[in-house]
Amino acid sequence: MSRIVHEFTTDIPAWKPYVKPLDLTEASPEQLDALKITPSNTKVSDYVLVLAHDVETLKHRTPLFNGVMYNKGGLSRAEREIGAVGASIVNRCIYCAAVHAGRYNQLTKDETVIDAIFADGVDAEIEPRLKAILDFSVKLSKCPQDANEDDMQALVDAGLARDEILDLILSTALFGWANRLMHTLGEPIAE
Amino acid sequence: MAETKDVIAEIVGIEPGSTLAQVVAGRADIMALTQQTHDGALMPETPGGLSHAERAALACRIAKINNETAFEAHFEALMDEAGASDATARIADIWFDGGSDARLKALIRHVDLVAHAPKDATRRDIELLREAGIAEPDIVRLAELVAFVSYQIRVAAGLRLMRGLA
Repeated sequence: MSRIVHEFTTDIPAWKPYVKPLDLTEASPEQLDALKITPSNTKVSDYVLVLAHDVETLKHRTPLFNGVMYNKGGLSRAEREIGAVGASIVNRCIYCAAVHAGRYNQLTKDETVIDAIFADGVDAEIEPRLKAILDFSVKLSKCPQDANEDDMQALVDAGLARDEILDLILSTALFGWANRLMHTLGEPIAE
Repeated sequence: MAETKDVIAEIVGIEPGSTLAQVVAGRADIMALTQQTHDGALMPETPGGLSHAERAALACRIAKINNETAFEAHFEALMDEAGASDATARIADIWFDGGSDARLKALIRHVDLVAHAPKDATRRDIELLREAGIAEPDIVRLAELVAFVSYQIRVAAGLRLMRGLA
């Protein structure tokens, strides 16, 4: 028996598309290339098969995604995940929130931060540096014009270097993109 | 397809040699991929059921929803380049809801919803697109357009704030 998940969780749900995923037997050479499919590797998620309908954005999006979240230097990987979680909470993307909250917990071996964010959102009582990161990602996600000089200064005051701030902007904005696909093209299902 | 310059750098006004330019140079790979995705979302070689002019007009609407006048001007220029008809250019008018054209009405409704309040989107919103005759691949193309432009606008907004740092 499966049910749609409506509450934030770190138990990663399944994702069921509203749109018909690409049928691999009908895929164009360009689609197969973007999917990096070889005869020995035909296991592609439904999410990627849905996005393969628009191959011209998908082929750039995958390396871009990996760069923003895993590039060397700059903001720590765990703190980039907070940018992703902040956006996912604003956009109520249960799936993205679960994946990236889970990743934060894995990287830091600490569940208290995510527990507090899921319980209290922007009012979560977390250490000042993480709080500045969360506040900024929430504001930039809601409406870009909501983030202001004070939020930017709060990041500097919390000790973020310029390159770290850039990575936070990128990870937050990236989830403004990812959430608008994941949350609007399908739903999270607990099985 | 016309090559476009780095839209974000132009809109933010990143001065060569500035601190911000140096920081952004550290993520040059991401900025280049962002520009390539821009071209893929706005001017794809295979536009499917969404013409370049319609994409530019919808993107212009998204810029207006976000109060981003610099992006608005950029997408207006793309509309002109794509030779948008008056009927298509009207999509960018935030007060226009598509009128009696069921397809336009569905496209506009969906873009407004997903640009402004993606959290409120449900399965029903995809069904409405389908009922208006929009094909499955075009539903995904539309979703990528609004999702990408929302990302691009946020990157620029963040960089603009960074530019103001002492």
